[in-house]
Amino acid sequence: MSTPLDLVPHAVSADEGLLIENVSRRRFIQQASALGGLVLAVGYPAVLRAEDPPKYGADGMPHGWIDSPLVFVSIAEDGIVTIVCHRSEMGQGVRTGMPMIVADELEADWSRVRVAQAPGDEVKYGNQDTDGSRSTRHFFMPMRRCGAAARQMLEAAAAAEWKVPVGEVEAKFGEVIHRPTGRKLGYGALAKAAASLPVPSADAIRLKNPSQFRYIGTGKLKPVDAGAIVVGRAQYAMDMWAKGMLFAVIARPQVYGGKVVSFDDTEAKKVPGVVGVVPIEPTPGAPQFNPLGGVAVIAKNTWAAIQGRKALKIVWDDGPNADYDSAAYRKTLEAAAGKPGKVVRNEGDVTAAMGSAAKKIEAQYYLPHLAHASMEAPAAAAVLANGKCEVWGCFQSPQAARDLVAKRLGLPVENVTVHVTLLGGGFGRKSKPDFGIEAALLAKSVEGRPVKVVWTRDDDLHNDYFHTVSVEHLEAGVDAKGHPVAWLHRSVAPTIVSTFDAKAVQEANWELGMGVINVPFAIPNIRIENPEAQAHTRIGWFRSVSNIPHAFAVQSFVAELAAAAKRDPKDYLLEVIGPPRVVSPQMLSDTWNHGESPERYPVDTGRLRRVAELAAKEARWGRKLPKGHGLGIAAHYSFVSYVAAVVEVAVDAKGELTIPRVDIAIDCGATVNPDRVRAQMEGACVMGVGVATLGEISFKNGRAQQDNFDTYQVTRMPGAPREIRVHIVPGDYAKPMGGVGEPGVPPIPPALCNAIFAATGKRIRNLPIGDQLKA
Amino acid sequence: MKLDINGTQYDVDLPDDTPLLWVLRDELGLTGTKFGCGLALCGACTVHIDGQPGRACVTPVSSLAGRKVTTIEAIGADPVGKVVQAAWVDAGVPQCGYCQAGQIMSATALLKGKPKPTDADIDAAMAGNICRCGTYGRIRAAIKQASGAKGGAA
Repeated sequence: MSTPLDLVPHAVSADEGLLIENVSRRRFIQQASALGGLVLAVGYPAVLRAEDPPKYGADGMPHGWIDSPLVFVSIAEDGIVTIVCHRSEMGQGVRTGMPMIVADELEADWSRVRVAQAPGDEVKYGNQDTDGSRSTRHFFMPMRRCGAAARQMLEAAAAAEWKVPVGEVEAKFGEVIHRPTGRKLGYGALAKAAASLPVPSADAIRLKNPSQFRYIGTGKLKPVDAGAIVVGRAQYAMDMWAKGMLFAVIARPQVYGGKVVSFDDTEAKKVPGVVGVVPIEPTPGAPQFNPLGGVAVIAKNTWAAIQGRKALKIVWDDGPNADYDSAAYRKTLEAAAGKPGKVVRNEGDVTAAMGSAAKKIEAQYYLPHLAHASMEAPAAAAVLANGKCEVWGCFQSPQAARDLVAKRLGLPVENVTVHVTLLGGGFGRKSKPDFGIEAALLAKSVEGRPVKVVWTRDDDLHNDYFHTVSVEHLEAGVDAKGHPVAWLHRSVAPTIVSTFDAKAVQEANWELGMGVINVPFAIPNIRIENPEAQAHTRIGWFRSVSNIPHAFAVQSFVAELAAAAKRDPKDYLLEVIGPPRVVSPQMLSDTWNHGESPERYPVDTGRLRRVAELAAKEARWGRKLPKGHGLGIAAHYSFVSYVAAVVEVAVDAKGELTIPRVDIAIDCGATVNPDRVRAQMEGACVMGVGVATLGEISFKNGRAQQDNFDTYQVTRMPGAPREIRVHIVPGDYAKPMGGVGEPGVPPIPPALCNAIFAATGKRIRNLPIGDQLKA
Repeated sequence: MKLDINGTQYDVDLPDDTPLLWVLRDELGLTGTKFGCGLALCGACTVHIDGQPGRACVTPVSSLAGRKVTTIEAIGADPVGKVVQAAWVDAGVPQCGYCQAGQIMSATALLKGKPKPTDADIDAAMAGNICRCGTYGRIRAAIKQASGAKGGAA
């Protein structure tokens, strides 16, 4: 075995007890003082602002970016370099990737680098909303500047020490070397002097030439937390523990908009270990990120709390969504999709072109609600003492958690500290810090004692911020050769906006910009419509969000058109994408463009073609397959990255589906950690397979019908693709980067269903596939 | 009630039906064994009971008298467990990592019983362990590596 475990974990080891080793005040101040203890208030240097219009990218996010080494880097006298990661780790590898960027520019020895997790503090660290597949593309340059500035400060300190021109010294792998004499000084010996020097101004920062990168792009560094994970020492929110801690579960309304009328806790309080029952007031208005309210049972251990909750007698008012039935609602959506809706993109004259087309083809696709079901359900611990609240949670948005805890408890925000633990999966669920507010409210009820709120699996599935439900209606008019001349897409789905504004019934521009309006197809007449849909449950972001239904419908429909034209689906797809060209998002009526500048991030159909061609080539598209096997292809642009997949399926005589192989190609620009890009693509393939084959949350009488992994099924090892081959298009560090965490998911369900069609002739239009292939 | 966990004797005073999971996590602070479902559906809480894999979330403490429980915190003391842990790091298996303690406990039990498992053996032994990040391919590779099938030392 090549990797001794004790050499692997670069992560700062966790203390026994409650605290994950965050940038705890004691340790951080101590280490920061090695650098002079200063925190520079770095704003947005004008010179850098000019290259990136302020409305876009990281500049467009709350609190933007910070690149000061005084915020992110501390060097102890023994030469150990601690780098702060301000983004949340949920498996995407950000606690390795962000510090790696800094360490590379800093010329640090990775074996002497430790990673510390920032608490929620965006004024200090810049934006911390870890979602939208944004971390690397937004922070690659700030983190490079941060590391380079620290390196230059160390070089300046060494030059001063030796009284030589700074041009004669060079930082290399943890030391500064005086080239003419070969003298060396370690970073530890230089740290104190370096800290007293000014941080180089933006125009004085010398970045490495990418050819000099030591870590970036190599994929050789193991994830910093891997060593702690495999020995059971990695700490998630669910693992926060302290002697004397209390544990709580909450009975929440099972119907969206429901509330407690009255409750009887007599029996609950008799359960051994139960110490208290506390009502949690619902939050008026749209749910936003707030707790749903309910009744909490606090106990000496989680099991006792769960038993106590079972013994509660609660009278509920189910409210306005008591009749929500997803089977009936599907008919409502289908009816809406059959009629014209708000036109959100219109090019040419679809009606006229349909009228004169040689043939008209239409299809309707259905995708149900999904639950995130991260393996770690939401959890948070909190303690309130002396007017100060400390919270530990698996937060994707720790600043939101901090602001909302402060608001709910009536505390000044500086009296609230939010620590970010490792996240046992996130997938968008943990962008919503409702569970952190619950923990803080319960901490208030047992002031002075730490309390942890645990969501059980049924809580997680019943009270998720669900992925929307959608009907996608497509029509095409094709010419005599079967090429589309008119394209009509009606997308009907309750919007995430409804979670913030209950009256919202139309998809937002950022939902429409996820692969429904911004299809860059070479079709002269295109009309996209968005009929209204009323939400009846709490809707939220799920990994890759609206791209899932949109890509499923669009990429399935293209394959249906290919079949109608008796054409090869890959060739037909490339023909519909059209020749390589750069398209302005505005031309596609996309006013969002993933928050990125339309000039820096136009839609490049050449890149979309290239990933489709690469996946097809690597999959040996057109190869002879055994009986019952089929290949399907899909390509989709999302999160400013281009991904295509070729899925091979095998369907046996009984309709049993297996997936021997997936070839997935991504063009996300240059990569920081290609091994984690591969890992994200592998994971996206598995999640995409789960969405296509198994995933469904249904509602009856307003209640989610699935309670656990027996009824809400997710992909297990035997159902996963046996082989996943990831193909990364090489990128250029001088060009803008794309996202990685999400864009792998959308092409998988359509590529899979296209493969099933190739294997069996059966077209799947309704997800999940479930038993549809069974004889 | 006396419990033997990782070779240490603990005296716990809890109702008989309390699942081992919550004793480990809440009473003893051994949080490496994870809570995923509570119904033996996901495998996150897998421990070894007298060397056999078991789900701590449905194992009442009353069933453990005179039995030896091993958790992820101590599986590295087992030579097979240690090789499995190292293979996990080497293959870059973990993404979020939350399920991996249970995966490693299941894989270690598999390899202790079957040092050279087939793909079908791996499927059968690991089907009870869910990974929502989708690391199954690397789990399979790591098990094969640990088994010596790819040149590692079992």
